[in-house]
Amino acid sequence: MNSGGTRSALSTWSRHWGAREIFGVLLLGGLALVPVISAAIGQPYYVTLFTRIVIYALAALGLNLILGYGAMVSFGHALYLGIGVYAVGILSFHGVNNGFAHLGAALGAGAVVAVVIGIVCLRTSGMAFIMITLAFAQMFYFLAVSLKQYGGDDGLPIAARSDFGVFSLASNTTLYYFAFILLLVCLLFFRRLVDARFGMVLRGCRSNERRMAALGFPTLRYRLTAYVISALVCVVAGVLLANLSKFASPSTMAWQTSGELIVMIVLGGMGTLIGPVAGATALLLLEEFLAGLTQHWMIILGPLIVLIVLVAKKGLYGYVSEWAAHRAKAIR
Amino acid sequence: MTLGLFLTQVLNGLQLGILLFLLAAGLTLVFGIMNFVNLAHGSLYMMGAYFAAAAFGYTGSFLLAGAFAIPATMVLGIIVERVALTHLYRRDHLDQVLATFGLILFFNELVRMIWGPASVYMNAPEVLTGTVELFGLRYPAYRFAIIGVGLSVALGLYLLIHRTRMGMLIRAGATHPEIVSALGVNVRGLNTLVFSLGAGLAGLAGLMAGPIVSVQSGMGEPILILTLVVIVTGGIGSIRGAFYGALIVGVVDTIGRAFLPTLLREVMERSLAQAAGPAIASILIYLVMAVVLALRPQGLFPVKHG
Repeated sequence: MNSGGTRSALSTWSRHWGAREIFGVLLLGGLALVPVISAAIGQPYYVTLFTRIVIYALAALGLNLILGYGAMVSFGHALYLGIGVYAVGILSFHGVNNGFAHLGAALGAGAVVAVVIGIVCLRTSGMAFIMITLAFAQMFYFLAVSLKQYGGDDGLPIAARSDFGVFSLASNTTLYYFAFILLLVCLLFFRRLVDARFGMVLRGCRSNERRMAALGFPTLRYRLTAYVISALVCVVAGVLLANLSKFASPSTMAWQTSGELIVMIVLGGMGTLIGPVAGATALLLLEEFLAGLTQHWMIILGPLIVLIVLVAKKGLYGYVSEWAAHRAKAIR
Repeated sequence: MTLGLFLTQVLNGLQLGILLFLLAAGLTLVFGIMNFVNLAHGSLYMMGAYFAAAAFGYTGSFLLAGAFAIPATMVLGIIVERVALTHLYRRDHLDQVLATFGLILFFNELVRMIWGPASVYMNAPEVLTGTVELFGLRYPAYRFAIIGVGLSVALGLYLLIHRTRMGMLIRAGATHPEIVSALGVNVRGLNTLVFSLGAGLAGLAGLMAGPIVSVQSGMGEPILILTLVVIVTGGIGSIRGAFYGALIVGVVDTIGRAFLPTLLREVMERSLAQAAGPAIASILIYLVMAVVLALRPQGLFPVKHG
């Protein structure tokens, strides 16, 4: 390639990168301003709604590490949300309100469960992996239902939100910014991770695991590590969710939640960083809008999901970058 | 624990297993031949149960309900396949899972709109309402009928797949679809045929389950997940695996729920056993599945290729 070609390719690339960057900045900037705007228009409900959005965005971001970058379609990540929720619920049931204890217990339990389940699940691939992750999530769902001393089917009310000593999550705004900052930290961490050697190996396994193994990489170890990291991000989201709803319910682990997380990722753009955040925002706002229209909103959402899968596979973010690339080509 | 009680529970387990087999056979056939995973299979089962309950409500006859429900579910299956699913055969499993997830939401809400959120009931046919005595053991006749129907379906499927031309095409299509297509077989038609066969089996399962479960929105998902456990344990794509897997899951689940709490009380403290018994019983089949997959990732009775 001659030097002119290289330069124009570079400028295309930089303009392309620019549009995607603007999309991310607008989305995150908008999210950062939510409490300010909702205070200005006197609608405190929006803070609660968007806290849910940010929490699910965090969970979807975690799942996307293995789903988008590792091609491991886990249909059971609601399980890890549930572990976070129940860690807070059970500890506060016994009178422990310390946030560090909540996070520590949740992450510890989540890591143990994720390693064990990961080792079993990663022996399979493709269809069997989808089904077995679903089955494991269901197993923990029934376990939570059978825990009669912790509310069983009815769930467990949580008396107070986590207290981190220097700050407490009691105020809705604090909880929102706490969740938002965790989302930003996770985004930055993943941004480094997916382009680091670890991320490259993971993406290599996505394309051809056998070849990566032949190159000498211990692929199982890499995939298991990615599985555990992704699970732990969902555990943190679960801790936040328990703080938001002040309730630990088995329904968090219902398989519909796992399905919704995948819908968020596909809707936003698989295998991209900002995609799951955009997808979570879009899906939850859409659900909110449809629920306002009719009580039977799922009758619209269901076919809409089918339609998204059939025609809009790239996701919102995918279309933004495609549009940017197209425009850049037109200008040149 | 008496022997009679134990045998009753074994029969209950068999009956659950047979219901699971009706669903697993359809799911695994569709997966085996089209490489397609249909999570909405549980919805077809639910629709079958609702069709049967509705027809039963009009006519009061179980046979007429069956004569309506099974073809209706097959037609519904064909419509769903032609409208949405046929575009997904060549897509990856993620797309198939997501699209059929969307279909589940749709069907659950649809029945809630048409039949309301409360459960719908139907009765077993008059002649089967009593009990049957077998070796001094009294067991509901209708549950025996379920076992009988399931075993005949299993035999029928075996004969269909191993002894007929259509079965030959199904087996060939599962392993070498391109060659079958090149030999002039209408693979698309074959796909639709297999899909409607699976839908019909799901409708049959819905009909048979109608009198013993409450017919309500969302009834398909718990049994769908058990069905997934069955076909993962038995070996994906294998009818034989679906049969044995279904029986194992049905019996282990039922026996575990019935006797594990009592058994645990023998070996550990009463309060601990009372807490742990139901918990372990409810996750027993998942533990069995995990052990099977840890030892044989391809399942107990994998399809033999080549």
